[in-house]
Formats: sequence, structure tokens, C-alpha cells
Amino acid sequence: MTPADIVDVEQEEEGFAARLSGANIGDRAYRIAITLFAVCVPMLLLLVAWEIGVAAWPAFREFGAGFLASSTWDPVRGIFGAAPAIYGTIVSSILALLIATPLALGVALFLSELAPPWLRQPVAFLVDLLAAIPSVVYGLWGIFVLLPLLREYVMPFFRDTLHLGATPLFSGPAYGPSMLAAGVILAIMVLPYISSVSREVLLAVPRSQREAALALGATRWEAIRGAVLPYARSGILGGVILGLGRALGETMAVTMLIGNKHDISASLLAPGYTMASLIANEFAEATGDLHLSALMAVGFTLFTLTLVVNAIARWLVWRVTRGAGVAR
Amino acid sequence: MSATAAQAPQSARPPRPSQRQRAFADRTRGRVRRRRVANTAMTVVLGVAAIVATLPLIFILWHLVREGATALSLDFFTQMPKPVGEAGGGLANAIVGTLILIGIAMAIGLPVGVGAGLYLAEYRRSPLATAVRFLSDVLNGLPSIVMGIFAWQFLVRPVGHFSAVAGGVALAAMMIPMVTRTTEEMVRIVPVALREAALALGYARWRTSITVVLRTATAGIVTGALVAIARIAGETAPLLFTAFGNQFWSVRVNEPIAALPLQIFNYAVSPYDEWHALAWAGALVLIILVFLISLAARFATRARFGGMGD
Repeated sequence: MTPADIVDVEQEEEGFAARLSGANIGDRAYRIAITLFAVCVPMLLLLVAWEIGVAAWPAFREFGAGFLASSTWDPVRGIFGAAPAIYGTIVSSILALLIATPLALGVALFLSELAPPWLRQPVAFLVDLLAAIPSVVYGLWGIFVLLPLLREYVMPFFRDTLHLGATPLFSGPAYGPSMLAAGVILAIMVLPYISSVSREVLLAVPRSQREAALALGATRWEAIRGAVLPYARSGILGGVILGLGRALGETMAVTMLIGNKHDISASLLAPGYTMASLIANEFAEATGDLHLSALMAVGFTLFTLTLVVNAIARWLVWRVTRGAGVAR
Repeated sequence: MSATAAQAPQSARPPRPSQRQRAFADRTRGRVRRRRVANTAMTVVLGVAAIVATLPLIFILWHLVREGATALSLDFFTQMPKPVGEAGGGLANAIVGTLILIGIAMAIGLPVGVGAGLYLAEYRRSPLATAVRFLSDVLNGLPSIVMGIFAWQFLVRPVGHFSAVAGGVALAAMMIPMVTRTTEEMVRIVPVALREAALALGYARWRTSITVVLRTATAGIVTGALVAIARIAGETAPLLFTAFGNQFWSVRVNEPIAALPLQIFNYAVSPYDEWHALAWAGALVLIILVFLISLAARFATRARFGGMGD
């Protein structure tokens, strides 16, 4: 301890008792300051909801609940219904999850249970890098690489080689921009989110769980299936729903690949629309106040949907990892 | 129960296995083999999943480098965009615009995020902390386009024109929850002993918090901030109706400003080959920027853990 420190302490002696009783003015000011910063977070969320809600109100008042169910979107006549966009949002996201979940779970299990230690970090890093690629770059790659690939090989394969063209799911011409393209790019984009949450949850499963299963003579896979997965189930589900939240709101890549057509079609090869891409496409050139308000209403619907989905996901993940957090 | 088993007479020599016992042994061996096969098969399946999951990244990077490198030159960084039909030109304004937007977002997002994170770590169990923690996670999951129309309604509509500030605010709104959560985690892992030592020396709580706790956590917070910056640097959707983009040189914050991601989007959906080439080059530059920031974040983390010696 340097003399300077001692002097410092002695000089502050007077304020010591006051500080102990918590009446220190600095402490109080500090507490108020960081509390104000903390309050900014809920305020921001409220502000976002309020601003968009106010702007969306005219459209909701005009069309009522029918806004969500009607599939007419006609800026010229001033009639707006968001059903195709809502349908497209949900279908493209579910398609993405169907593709991404098995892969992401596979990666997470491989990295947490099977891979040799030297392989874990590099592979985890590579998969996490996927999350660092900007959406617009996915879109660019999608337009010039993925779309031709889907058009030339994947779509004909499903339609002609597997003879699925007769089923509604793969009927119609294959131009490229389609629900399928959006689903595939979304799958690539949400994969790192699902896999990193799953890995986190799997790592939170107690060692004893695995050791007990192995000690009973289970193989590695049996230990995973019987002892690890059941323990991590709800956390993994949380990761999947978190990925769903990402997929629902993803904008740029989807806008560039989904074809942007106000239509509900059962075919995955047909173009569609999502809420986010609808806003991205039409907002800047909205023709009137009602059009603008309708787009805001679409934004508000998207906001509410992702809010609910995220809240559920966080709750599920928290239920699994809170125990691990305390134990560690 | 175990006593009777122990008292059961043990023959000196095990009897030859009967027909039934042999059949049982065969069945067991068969089952063991099946279980082993299943184990190997699943190991292979999971390994393949890991390989497949890394393929898109490799594909994307490969195309980026192949397509982007040919269009990349010094001009790209120093020249302005040329009109359609003229070859060459660069995205100097978009690169500068992106840096300005990041700067505005940092100026707003960092203080708020760090302050809120400090609150979460210092008053861990208060009801407000629980609410803020949950809401910042929820905020973090909101679509970026929602932040875009929020900033438009909040800052563009009342003013009547697009501006860099509106874009910066939209990006800051995305940054705040990320910085909040990493700050909290980093402040949390500061050893209690450090805090106690400072308090024992007579430091007030606020001084302990700022000069000892926050300073110890700085490297970690820098990492978190860098990760957040890397994420917002490539965001396009929040800028579509706020920063809007600009074909000309502009560094004024109350006017529309160009941004790299916006420019990539506009060029990618255009019908011109020259612009496609510029889009690829822009994407390559953007991704290099993002990766460099991510890499810096990794090094900041490593330095911290190395320094703490655990």
C-alpha cells in the first residue's frame, strides 16, 4: 500500500459512517443513474410498441379483425388484408425449422457428446460464423447461387424424378424465387441459433446423468437418447422456438428470394410473401396514409407474433439453464 | 434377500451351459451387436450433420471470394458510384456512411447498454432487474425491420425526411439489449474478493462499482460491444426507411446517408451486371469488416482470460 492510498483513506474517514448507513450521496446518485439506464430497456420496448401501434391504428380501425384474414391487398382501391403475408411468414419459417432442426440438433449433439475435444472449438466456430454473415449477403448469394441451383436441380428432382408434381406441394412451374428458396435460406440462417442454444443446454445437463447411463452399460447413443435428450428436451425446444422467432422476422434474404407475390398457394415452388418482406418492399413507396397504416399494422402483427414466440422460447431455455447456472 | 443369495451353495466348477443358456447368450450377443451398430450409425449420422452444417458457410465464402475479389480494387474504396453502364466506380460513400451509422449507434447504444447491464449485475435480484433482463432478451429477438419502421415513425415522419440519425437510432435500439446482457455477464464474473477489497479500503459503493468492478470487466464488455457492432454493421432492414441510402457523398447526420448493406441490396436486385459485380465486392468487404470485428472480439476475450490466469 502506497502512502497516497493511506492518506486517501484517512481523508475519507469522515464520510465513512454515513456511507455504511447507505446515506452516501454518491451512492444514491449512482443508484439513480444506473436505474435510469436500466429503465431505458422496458421504455424502449414500450416506445416501439406505442409508435407502431399508433401508426397502425387507422388500418386496424378500418378493417378490423378482417385485416388478418382477408387476402386482398389493393393499394389502388385502398383495400388491405394481410393473410397471404401472414401465411407466407408462417409457412416459410416452419419449412426452415423442418430443415434446420435435425441438422442443428445433430451438430449440437456431435459437438457436446461425441466429437474429440480438438474438433469442438473449430466446428463450433464455423457454425457460429454462419450467424455473423449479414442477411443481405445471404440474399445476394441466394439470388446468384441458390436460386439457379434450386431451379436447375432441386425443383425438377422433386417434381419429375420423385413424381411429386401432381401433389399440391410441388405443383406449378419452377421459376426459382419461391417459398422453398425462402425456406432453405432461412434454414441456413437459423441453424446457428438453434445449434448454439442446444449446445448450451446440452452442456448444462449434469455429467452424472451421462455417467449413470454409461455405468448401466448403455452405449453412447443410448446414453444420449435415454439420459441426455430427455433432460435437455425443453431447452432444445426453446432453442428451436428462438430460431422460429428469428425466421419469422428475417427480412432481406427472404425479400430477395421469396418472389414477393400476394398469393396463398399450397405449392412450395410458387412465389409468396412474408410480413417482413411486404414492409421492406412497399414501405418506401406507400401510396397513401391508409397504405402506410396497413403496412404499420403488418409490422405490429409481426411485432406481437415475435414477442410472444420469443417470450415462450426464453422461458423454456431459462427453465433448463437456471439450475446449471446455480450449480456451476 | 442378498443373504440367501450369498448362502446359496457355489459349485466349484461352473456347469456346462445348457441349450437354453446358449440360446440366451446368442440372443444377447445379437442384441449387443445391434446396439453397437445403432451406436456407430448414430455417431456417423451426427458427424455428417456437423459436416453438412458447415457446408453452406464454405460455399458462401467461396463464392464471395471468387466473385468479389475480381471486382475489388483500390477504386472500390476511393471512388464514388458511377451511373449505370459505366464500368468501374466504387462505394467510398457507402463505406464512410456505414462507419458513421455505426458511430451514431455506438454513441447511443453503448452508454445505455453498459449502464443497464451494470444495474442488472449490481441489483441482481430486484424485480426491476428480472423484468429488464427478460425484456432485453425479448427486445433482442425483435425483427430488425420492426426497429426500422419504429425509427421511421419516431424520427423520420415528424421531421419529414430521411436521416443518418434515424438509421443510427434504429441500430442503437438493436444494440442496447445485446450490450446490456453481455455487460451483465461480464460484471457478474468479477470476483467478489475484488469488490470486498475495495469496500474494505473504504471505497464507496459507486466508486467500487465504477473504478474496480467496471474496470475489471472492461475487456469482456469490449468483446460484447464488438460482437454487437459486428451484428449491426451488416443490418439492412432497419436502414431501408431511415438512412435510406444516398448516391452522393454525404457525411451530414441529418440527411440521408449511404450504407454498404443498403448498396449491396440495391445492386443485387438491379438488372445490371456491373452492379452485380459491385454487389459482390461490397459483400466481400462487408463480410471482411464483420469478421475482423468478430476476430477482434475473440482476441479481447482471450486477453482477458489470459490476464486473469484461470
